[in-house]
Amino acid sequence: MNLFDYVRPASVAEAVAAASEPGAAYLGAGTNLLDLMKVGAMRPDKLVDITKLPGLEMIEMLDDGSVRIGALVRNSDLARDPLIAKAFPMVAEALLSGASAQLRNAATVGGNLMQRTRCSYFQDPESACNRREPGSGCDALDGENRTHAILGWSEGCIATHPSDFCVPLVALDAVVEIEGPEGRREMPLEAFHLLPGDTPHKETYLARGELVTGLRLPPEAALFSGNARYLKLRERTSFAFALVSAAAALRIEDGKIAEARLALGGVAAKPWRAREAEAVLKGVSPDVETFARAAEAALADAMPSGDNAYKIDLAKRVVTRAFVLAAEGTPQRVPAMPASVFSSDTGVSAHA
Amino acid sequence: MSLSVTLTINGARKDVVLEDPRVTLLDLLRERLHLTGTKKGCDRGQCGACTVLVDGRRINACLALAVSLDGAEVTTIEGLAEGEALHPVQQAFIDHDGFQCGFCTPGQIMSAVGLIGEGDAGTDPDRVREGMSGNICRCGAYKGIVEAVIEAQEKTEKNERRVA
Repeated sequence: MNLFDYVRPASVAEAVAAASEPGAAYLGAGTNLLDLMKVGAMRPDKLVDITKLPGLEMIEMLDDGSVRIGALVRNSDLARDPLIAKAFPMVAEALLSGASAQLRNAATVGGNLMQRTRCSYFQDPESACNRREPGSGCDALDGENRTHAILGWSEGCIATHPSDFCVPLVALDAVVEIEGPEGRREMPLEAFHLLPGDTPHKETYLARGELVTGLRLPPEAALFSGNARYLKLRERTSFAFALVSAAAALRIEDGKIAEARLALGGVAAKPWRAREAEAVLKGVSPDVETFARAAEAALADAMPSGDNAYKIDLAKRVVTRAFVLAAEGTPQRVPAMPASVFSSDTGVSAHA
Repeated sequence: MSLSVTLTINGARKDVVLEDPRVTLLDLLRERLHLTGTKKGCDRGQCGACTVLVDGRRINACLALAVSLDGAEVTTIEGLAEGEALHPVQQAFIDHDGFQCGFCTPGQIMSAVGLIGEGDAGTDPDRVREGMSGNICRCGAYKGIVEAVIEAQEKTEKNERRVA
């Protein structure tokens, strides 16, 4: 790990000023940043510790019915919050399917949005990586790439965004609140993360010095609470990143789907909202054949970026099954194995 | 650049001056305070050997900067027993052979104490296994570990009923 300066500002304004200098990085819990610094993939000159900043640890219902989540709320606290678990159950399920209990106790909401890809070439300073070092190339293109992107990738970068939490958030139209040198602004989370194109090193819309201070879920997001699931396929039962995941939610009226929401994880450099699939489901009966058609629509533009053509079929099945589970109704309690295809208490076919 | 940090470790206040901000909580415990019960396994948050409680919550000590935890209360494996009397989780690991080589055991036990404190898993083996998935045991003593955690949970519940 390189040597760095450490500062602990007392206010958001001080933090933004300190982080506006070149080479500075914000430090939250550090569960991703310190790991990357240990392997030499990141070498910030200065860490701006935001963990003691006041006012960023609240979960609150606003007057208009939206719910605001401060950037320093820890993943485990958010997943256990009664308001979140009741109104946005797939957010709680996604959070509990990510990382380990120790990491969830530390990791923050803001840090989850800002976490970096787990592409092993990004993490290895000896490998070529356009994301880590612009213009150096991409060793993943001809390397071990069976877990890489199938949507929105470019020749410059085929990495995926690793978050579980962001997937249901994007499906539910979450908004990101940002403070920076130019003041305050906000944007839909769906627009926050960038596809690689020719500039894979630009991962988010944040400008230098800008800080994520919180998230908002709009009142409409709670209308899906009765039929919302997160399903995550991974290479071991627990404590692994998604190969493919899906956040699927339905609003059912008189036996028909009034509105559907779908986002996928593990398939692209950003959490992937699938509006084409949502359109297929509007106004029709919730049955497995319809869900399969929606899955086809969601993956219509998918292309393998390497040894990962299997992920396209896998994603279709995960989407179909996530909708089948959502249509059965949100369970009263998050299953023992959150978001797992091995959860035994759902009774759903293993061959959706 | 010297940084002063105050931590309460196993009930005792420690004022530490760090000449280097890179020191993790794990390295502070082991190398500066000589509390070597907390183990360094992967040093990347993947194995759980370094699990300690910070303000009552289990975290990976390898992925936390000591300087960032200024003011926190830390409990390590050395702080569990009361004199010669083992903590119920420690006793349960012995009674159920919840280890072989023992290297992961301090982390397993601290994680189990954290899990029981969280109160989400109860005595459901699936929930215990899921809740302990951040702790790897390369000897494969998982069967005994799960039995030990469930027994410790049951004893904790009984004690709580007695107190209530």
